Amino acid sequence: MEQKRIQELGDELYQAMLAREAVDPLTSRGEDITITDAYHISLRMLERRLAAGASVIGKKIGVTSEAVQNMLNVHQPDFGYLTDDMVFNSGEVMPISDRLIAPRAEGEIAFILKKDLIGPGVTNADVLAATECVMPCFEIVDSRIRDWKIAIQDTIADNASCGLFVLGDQAVSPRKVDLVTCGMVVEKNGAVLSAGAGAAALGSPVNCVTWLANTLGEFGIPLKAGEVILSGSLVPLEPVKAGDYMRVDIGGIGSASVRFS
Amino acid sequence: MSKTLSREQVLAMAEHVENAELQAYDITKVTNDYPDMTFEDAYDVQWEIRRRKEGRGNKIVGLKMGLTSWAKMAQMGVETPIYGFLADYFSVPDGGVVNTKELIHPKIEAEIAFVTKAPLKGPGCHIGDVLAATDFVIPAVEVIDSRYKDFKFDLVSVVADNASSTRFITGGQMADVAELDLKTLGVVVEKNGEVVDVGAGASVLGHPASSVAMLANLLAERGEHIPAGTFIMTGGITAAISVEPGDNITVRYQGLGTVSARFE
Repeated sequence: MEQKRIQELGDELYQAMLAREAVDPLTSRGEDITITDAYHISLRMLERRLAAGASVIGKKIGVTSEAVQNMLNVHQPDFGYLTDDMVFNSGEVMPISDRLIAPRAEGEIAFILKKDLIGPGVTNADVLAATECVMPCFEIVDSRIRDWKIAIQDTIADNASCGLFVLGDQAVSPRKVDLVTCGMVVEKNGAVLSAGAGAAALGSPVNCVTWLANTLGEFGIPLKAGEVILSGSLVPLEPVKAGDYMRVDIGGIGSASVRFS
Repeated sequence: MSKTLSREQVLAMAEHVENAELQAYDITKVTNDYPDMTFEDAYDVQWEIRRRKEGRGNKIVGLKMGLTSWAKMAQMGVETPIYGFLADYFSVPDGGVVNTKELIHPKIEAEIAFVTKAPLKGPGCHIGDVLAATDFVIPAVEVIDSRYKDFKFDLVSVVADNASSTRFITGGQMADVAELDLKTLGVVVEKNGEVVDVGAGASVLGHPASSVAMLANLLAERGEHIPAGTFIMTGGITAAISVEPGDNITVRYQGLGTVSARFE
């Protein structure tokens, strides 16, 4: 795909995000878009956001569950960028009516890094050694593509369908918790909605971060000390609306809650 | 609730359903022949099957809860779970072999088991009573095997079939309930080395201890209680997963080690 067209599509998605108006799937327009093209489109969208004053504070990994991989018919994850205007603290009100189009909540484990990770050749031991702490997290994903009718190229181009996220009330050393078996319970408006465990994301959230470090390494991009890495949902996505209240508890880690307006 | 079956009908149905279990063949659900039978009738049949086993010298080694997910209960249109009993020959050692020739169409579920140190009596038994009366918890995998063809049944039929009980495997690592958060305790089920399901304790009635409280309250309806020293499997944290000869399963529990078995 030509650079000019990549820029146009990146700009279109950026405008869609600002205006909260979804656009038709990029893959429905009779153009060939490769996965690499899609990442370049997402970089253009990021460039526009950085030019408007945002700064990168981390990365997210998406498409980590077998259910979502089968839905999109891809057998690898994807990634997007987290910026400073996306983060909320546990207990805060998140104005999704003003910020998002078709929000869905995912319960995840967030990694906070204390050392850079530069792939290729990053192992799970490297990731654990570079992790300051893990935290409970809700990622509120959103799609600038109409009705979430996404192919893998659409979601990659759209910053991996990233919306906003909430970090929880505790930070725990990865030495203190088994990230494969730790259980997750998500409650919506006071009722248990879903449950999962660490292994739901590629067998382990650590596998996800290792995948990201090695994949970004191919492009010469490091995961940096201090960054937040969202490692992928452990439960099914749940549509949310203003007035909803969500809570996630993760065994041995802690909880996060968010109220939507 | 009332009874619709005569004593003779209860005895005949118990023999019919238990024979299917003992000889590993499937039958049609009992409500086909007795559409009006009630839960009370069905528990009469289950208790008669229990009496038959004890009469043959088998020991009853524990109790189990079934239908402990809110979603499944809503689907079946009921408001309480069901219970069954565990006989001595249901027990399979950790790392041991389950002989599928003795079973019809087995499935496995990951569970948390409680062992009590004080009696629990309903009605009005609550989660606090249960935690106070718990000696320890231990991970357990239940093998269920409905005697009904293609797992086609209604709840009354399942109760008469001892809640599909057939085998169970307990792990080796016990823990004090004061040291665990059973609501968020995670489990990972692997079949032949591949993760096939994950879950957390809250899938069992919000907390596995509430399942034990409900058991005490259900037993109270028949004037029974949970004696001290009872082993209780609280219900599936994960969905029931089909297993076949040649499969091996490992279930990993957060903080409670693993339980594994082979199917031959």
